[in-house]
Amino acid sequence: MRGANAALGTAGLAVFLALGEVAPRLGLVKEAYFPPTSRIADALGQEATDGAFWTALGDTLTGWALGLVAAVVGGVVVGLVLSVVPYLRDATASTIEFLRPIPSVALIPLAVLLYGTELRSVLLLVVYASFWQVLVQVLYGVRDVDPVAEETARSYGLGAWARTRHVLWPTALPYVMTGVRLAAAVALILAVTAELVIGAPGLGARIAVAQSSQAVPDLYALVVVTGLLGLLINLGARAVERRALAWHQSVRGEVAV
Amino acid sequence: MRPLFVVALPALLVAAWWFASDDSTAVYWPPLRTILRTFPDVWTGERLRTDVLPSVLRLLAGYVSAAVAGVALGTVIGSYRRVRAFCEPVLEFLRAVPPPVLVPVIMLFAGIGDTMKIVVIASGCLWPVLLNTVEGVRAVDSVMAETARSYGVTGAARLRHVVLRAASPQIFAGLRQALSIGIILMVISEMFAASNGLGFTIVQFQRGFAIPDMWTGILVLGLLGLLLSVLFQLVERRVLGWYHGLRDSSRRAP
Repeated sequence: MRGANAALGTAGLAVFLALGEVAPRLGLVKEAYFPPTSRIADALGQEATDGAFWTALGDTLTGWALGLVAAVVGGVVVGLVLSVVPYLRDATASTIEFLRPIPSVALIPLAVLLYGTELRSVLLLVVYASFWQVLVQVLYGVRDVDPVAEETARSYGLGAWARTRHVLWPTALPYVMTGVRLAAAVALILAVTAELVIGAPGLGARIAVAQSSQAVPDLYALVVVTGLLGLLINLGARAVERRALAWHQSVRGEVAV
Repeated sequence: MRPLFVVALPALLVAAWWFASDDSTAVYWPPLRTILRTFPDVWTGERLRTDVLPSVLRLLAGYVSAAVAGVALGTVIGSYRRVRAFCEPVLEFLRAVPPPVLVPVIMLFAGIGDTMKIVVIASGCLWPVLLNTVEGVRAVDSVMAETARSYGVTGAARLRHVVLRAASPQIFAGLRQALSIGIILMVISEMFAASNGLGFTIVQFQRGFAIPDMWTGILVLGLLGLLLSVLFQLVERRVLGWYHGLRDSSRRAP
């Protein structure tokens, strides 16, 4: 069953790639807009031999990783403080609901003015966008704490710190991990966007250059690279999630099936 | 007690901003007083019609077409196991591409007009709706499906009352994700190549060093995001009323 699915998936991928090869060659779509798969693969190979490409990839990953770490640490700390301190959660709810839907790209002009094309402008956008993903998940996670467990810990005389460590955190962890997974994807989107629009060094800036110099196969090759990067980040985040939650029912159940 | 909680912190923050920036001479951080005074000059009358309206219309056009296409395709893919297995790797890859990098690609063949912007918005919004619909349709309760079958509910009625109904909480989760992606893509596509629209205007302000005007633009985008998310919540509460009621009652009676 699983093998059959994998075979079907591979077939689907092959058909997709073949369509990409045949359609432009037969003139169904304009070759100038949709280069055949083989030419994109060719461009991809050339990119891989270019040192500047690897520098750009490194720049993008740096912005992504730094931003993600800052957002996760900030989101977890702020989320825990808001949930543990009485009344703080109620007092901040409306502000969070107000700030969250503000599109992060609204900050692009401000980032340009403040930091130009430095890494810091990328970080401003990445951190702003991914912070909310983590924060909201932490808040939901803490609300999910079993009142019986909480009361039991309290009656055993566990202090605030120990309760956070042994009751609150394990309950919230699955939610936090979902938040981290979402934030990792959002951080990549914003890192590439900032590079594309602001011109900070990275894959996004390279895409902008490929576009303005009409290097169409390279443009597609770079888009494919960002897609693969996104895919790897998703897979990586899932792997981390499985490890961190190995003790948890949802993961244990998955393994048993 | 509750209303106090709702307004207290925002009021405090706005007041803090007002007083902290009141005698600000920093070029990039104009006093809130100036920003608010500039606001009505910039965002009433002509500009509302020439910049805000086109942006919102493009967003709506792209979002609605993505929603329709996503639900339709998702229902087909989700209903047949083989089709799903066939499409899954390709879909996973397409979804992983950060939507903004599609702007330069779509500009190649759609030019720089409204079509390009609508296509960009739709192509970004499609994936969360599509994948969530697939998941939702796949997870339709088998007892429910069998019951419907034995009562002879088939065809369009089955699709409407059983499949889509059961998948609707998931579909709405996808629509919610798509909304924020849509706003982001609307702004970015206008920052690239446009002669009107919110993104275009805000970048113009920034390049012309009209700093208070730029700040009002940021506020407008924030308000637009907020307004759309409130509207979305209202629609969701209406459409999914039955579902939230069900969940609440099952939570209350363990």
